[in-house]
Amino acid sequence: MTQLNITAKKASAPAGGTAGATATAPFLEVRDLTVKFPTDDGVVSAVNGMDFALERGQTLGIVGESGSGKSVTSQALMGLLKGTSAQVTGEAMFQGKDLVTLPESAMRQLRGRNIGMIFQDPLSALHPFYTVGHQIAEAYLVHNKASKKQARAAAVDMLGRVGIPSPEQRYDEYPHHFSGGMRQRAMIAMALICEPELLIADEPTTALDVTVQAQILDLMSELQEETNSALILITHDLGVVAEVCDNVLVMYGGQCVESGPVDDIFYDTQHPYTLGLLNSMPTLNSAASRLNPIPGQPPSLLDLPKGCIFSARCQYAELAGDGVCASQRPELRVEDGHGKRCHLSGPQIITIRNSR
Amino acid sequence: MMTFILRRTGSLVLLLAAVSFITFTLFQLGPSDPAAAACGQECTPERVAEARVALGMDQPFFVQYFDYIRGLFSSRMIGAPGAQTLCEWPCLGKSFQTNENVADIIGRSLPYTFSMAIGALILWTITGVGLGLLAALRKGSPVDKFIVGAASVGVSLPIPVTGLFLLLLFVNQLHLLPFTTNEINSPFGPQGPGAWVANYLLPWIALAVLFSASYIRVTRTNMIETFGEDFIRTARAKGLAPRTVTFKHGVRAGITPVVTMLGMDIGLLLGGAVLTEQIFSVPGLGFTAVHAAISGDLPVTMAITMLAAFFVIVANVAVDLAYAAIDPRVRLQ
Repeated sequence: MTQLNITAKKASAPAGGTAGATATAPFLEVRDLTVKFPTDDGVVSAVNGMDFALERGQTLGIVGESGSGKSVTSQALMGLLKGTSAQVTGEAMFQGKDLVTLPESAMRQLRGRNIGMIFQDPLSALHPFYTVGHQIAEAYLVHNKASKKQARAAAVDMLGRVGIPSPEQRYDEYPHHFSGGMRQRAMIAMALICEPELLIADEPTTALDVTVQAQILDLMSELQEETNSALILITHDLGVVAEVCDNVLVMYGGQCVESGPVDDIFYDTQHPYTLGLLNSMPTLNSAASRLNPIPGQPPSLLDLPKGCIFSARCQYAELAGDGVCASQRPELRVEDGHGKRCHLSGPQIITIRNSR
Repeated sequence: MMTFILRRTGSLVLLLAAVSFITFTLFQLGPSDPAAAACGQECTPERVAEARVALGMDQPFFVQYFDYIRGLFSSRMIGAPGAQTLCEWPCLGKSFQTNENVADIIGRSLPYTFSMAIGALILWTITGVGLGLLAALRKGSPVDKFIVGAASVGVSLPIPVTGLFLLLLFVNQLHLLPFTTNEINSPFGPQGPGAWVANYLLPWIALAVLFSASYIRVTRTNMIETFGEDFIRTARAKGLAPRTVTFKHGVRAGITPVVTMLGMDIGLLLGGAVLTEQIFSVPGLGFTAVHAAISGDLPVTMAITMLAAFFVIVANVAVDLAYAAIDPRVRLQ
């Protein structure tokens, strides 16, 4: 499996053997992460060998359509798949601990304290029967030896920091009293109350309208700067990625198909799938009246194709010749921190880019 | 919350008035002639007419209804003019059979019904919710399959079958328990709580087998659904202990349908478990109602019917209030 180092500005990456948290080891290093779900219909291969690394203070965007394995990846990192039927293999080194093999009890100590998570759709992610403040204070009390009064003070302070007006009063309100944007702010307050070093945000702005989206993204960036935490931002919104991410990882069929610094992904796109994604984005000045989707359906995770997972939908598959796209799964090739999983050569890709 | 309680209580009073009126009307329109029943075996048309006057049946319908309702608030005179007797508050009429005040008959039966209902209720709630939760936590495992299977068997066993089987086994064969006696109707009686439990244990088990089956299924289904909710994932993501996630976050949210069922079942059961009381010869409300109905003792039947309706309505309101206590969103409406 090719070793990918996304830490763009730092050139060095240890090739294997990062058992301890040495000074050179990345803050988070995921290698060959694989998640399979056995079902009655067969084994669902949700994530198929993910590799990436992340440093503190950086933001990694994971992009892909529904069912591409983005959320499952994040849940595997959080250890939320422990105790389910999911089979997680590979390695995810975080502060010298492998999140994949760490027992649930130890994982529980990390959750909330060292790794925080912000979920999509805060209305369903917050408990409807407890006040917002109670839920935030609860997150504080799990990992801090504090009285209820101290926890309340911490929660009120955090609500204020995420920009909720009159936090003292809002503390005692229920999630259904909050607006969508306020709920997401509360969710962020809950994830950040223990100041985790790693924050995973799973489509944090999907359920929000555009102006609120911008506010929430700004807030997350601000708080990230304050605490110098690492952020994994899972989204299908390329606009969001362009705005806040340092590095991008494009997922398709549970695999990383392209990865690299955000500018490379947008301006030096190397994979036909990423091209398709960019092409399907509506723009204000485009004359086309219809959206430009990628034709076809994502592959069934029950029965992945033998060759390139994207080959069935790729309009350039015949360019590679010999039917190699249909018969052989491409490896992730990394050049200058920019990785792609495609049989097409660089010049071929450039020709394709220029032709559209 | 206070306005919510007041509104619910207000609707309770209105409902009770409506139910009492409907019940009263039904019994007036019913095929049985109270006068014929009251005058006994050797009846002549004259005696029936006398009985009609004695029962106040010569009065217009609404006068009869309001007389009846008046009895709920104060003592009143009852019987033919000149031969009136005092019917003390709360007056629900007098038994055709024994001329006893109906309220006394009900007062005598209630402790038996309460004794049976309370124990059965506790037993089936614990087993039903407990096993349902266990099955949900171990979804798909042999434990789950066994519990669900047992629930299917339990729900298809009628009370006469379980009841008679329990009596045969524990009383007749093993001699572990005494046969139910009428002398015990309270845990605070002279025989003590132990004897009370021993006396009612078999009816409790018979009822619990029947009821807990549906509680297992409802609890299991709802808990499985709740454990799949986003807020459970959030609770885990905070690093909460599994027990806190399961009980504080899961059970609190998933238990509401069980509260509804419980309320309805309490209401129904307090109106008298007819079959169970028959089989175990417990002279509770159901038992009394059946005997009154067979012998055409209209005032007793009517009073028990109204009381049963009253219990169901009160239970309904109690469920509403419990819902509001559990789910803050309900208080908004």
